[in-house]
Amino acid sequence: MSITDLPAGVGSALDSAPSLVYAARPAPALDAARLALSRDLVLAFRKRGQLLQPLAFFALVTMLFPLAVSPELSRLRAIAPGVLWVAAMLASLLALEFLFRDDAHDGTLEQYALSGQSLTWLLFAKTIAHWLLTGLPLALMAPFAAMSLGVAASAVPGIVLIMVVGTIALSLIGAIGAALALGMKRSGTLLALLTLPLSLPVLIYGARATELAIAGNSYMAPLELLAALAVLAVTLAPLGAATAVRISLE
Amino acid sequence: MRWTWFHRLASPPYLYGLAARLTPWFAWPAALLILGGLFAGLVLAPPDYQQGEGFRIIYVHVPSAWMSLMVYVTMGLAAAVGLIWRMKVAHAIAASCAPIGASFTVAALVTGSLWGKPMWGTWWVWDPRLTSELILLFLYLGFMGLRAGFDDTQRADRAGALLAIVGLVNVPIIHYSVIWWNSLHQAPSVLRFGKPTIPGAMLAPLLILLLGFTLFFAALLLVRVRAEILQRERTARWISETLSG
Repeated sequence: MSITDLPAGVGSALDSAPSLVYAARPAPALDAARLALSRDLVLAFRKRGQLLQPLAFFALVTMLFPLAVSPELSRLRAIAPGVLWVAAMLASLLALEFLFRDDAHDGTLEQYALSGQSLTWLLFAKTIAHWLLTGLPLALMAPFAAMSLGVAASAVPGIVLIMVVGTIALSLIGAIGAALALGMKRSGTLLALLTLPLSLPVLIYGARATELAIAGNSYMAPLELLAALAVLAVTLAPLGAATAVRISLE
Repeated sequence: MRWTWFHRLASPPYLYGLAARLTPWFAWPAALLILGGLFAGLVLAPPDYQQGEGFRIIYVHVPSAWMSLMVYVTMGLAAAVGLIWRMKVAHAIAASCAPIGASFTVAALVTGSLWGKPMWGTWWVWDPRLTSELILLFLYLGFMGLRAGFDDTQRADRAGALLAIVGLVNVPIIHYSVIWWNSLHQAPSVLRFGKPTIPGAMLAPLLILLLGFTLFFAALLLVRVRAEILQRERTARWISETLSG
């Protein structure tokens, strides 16, 4: 048994128990999570080139379809939901490589695990930072890709909303896979094999909701199912990712 | 006190010997049930009024599909036991389950596709059951791929176990999503059979084969677990004592 097996939060609980000052302040775990979040955002903005990669990839994959299928907008409109979601899934998969890799290399993740703070919260913060840097921009870019595929502008708010909810679930599910693949030298294809089957429900509901939004119909039913997946991912995925990181650090 | 049997199971030499003793008790009934069930299903059962002789492939297809799921659940539970109680042999069981389950999944896919050709007129249909089965195959492949990516057995065990548990949580979600997806996209040209009421002469061989396949899996698992234990404990002294003695 290694020292990383200490239950998370033991240190902080011991620190905070005797002092009443802490009681009036927000939970230390949340403080630490907020710090981790801002740290990741600052680091990412210092390496802006990396931020653009998933977006460029998303645009590139979207562009492949008119070239491969047909430039006719009526045909492209019919496949637009599928194109958007497959491109978003692949772009988010590509971005997962950056989620833990650098921090695992320079030992930051190890320090997180040893810090006595809840690793679950820290990884949740990291994943949210990752989503803010990749998922949210993808969701904001999706309308442009959609319109290039002949989708009417009236569908844009719906597409953004669906993409925002869906990419949250994608990032969190992907975090488990990325954490599991940390222990390996080359993990590109394996990461796809681990993550994509687990993300299929997101693809199904996301693409269906987008299809309904493009057709101008109510997309609430699939969006609600998508939101249910996102909620489930928010509650369970950080726990899984924390366990996976501890396994990878052993 | 009541848990001593559980702790004894956790000992590799004990499980190795137990598996060796139990294997024939599963293998022989499995062989008899499978042979008997195949005879009853392929020869004795009447042909279907609608599908003719072609329906007989269900006698291999349905048990394979059933086993593909059951093995996944077994694998997930064994992995959970291994991860929670740090039980090495439970990880060995989970690792042994994966290739067996993947083979059953491939068998279910191949027989389903063979059945689809005369019935649907095409080798592959994006039917919810076929699609879920294909996804299950990818889950198995992911589990095996992840395990293969680690050099260290213990890390492979724990990482694989976590993935199996995550997969276990996800299998029902994926399954119902695929059903929901299919109910919206099902092409009208494809024949959809309702849940048929199978007459007893057709059902009995199926039940026999289900039991036979389950015992067959148990026997295979016991053999594989022994091989897995041998490989993991290859440096242990009890192995040379057992094998030479």
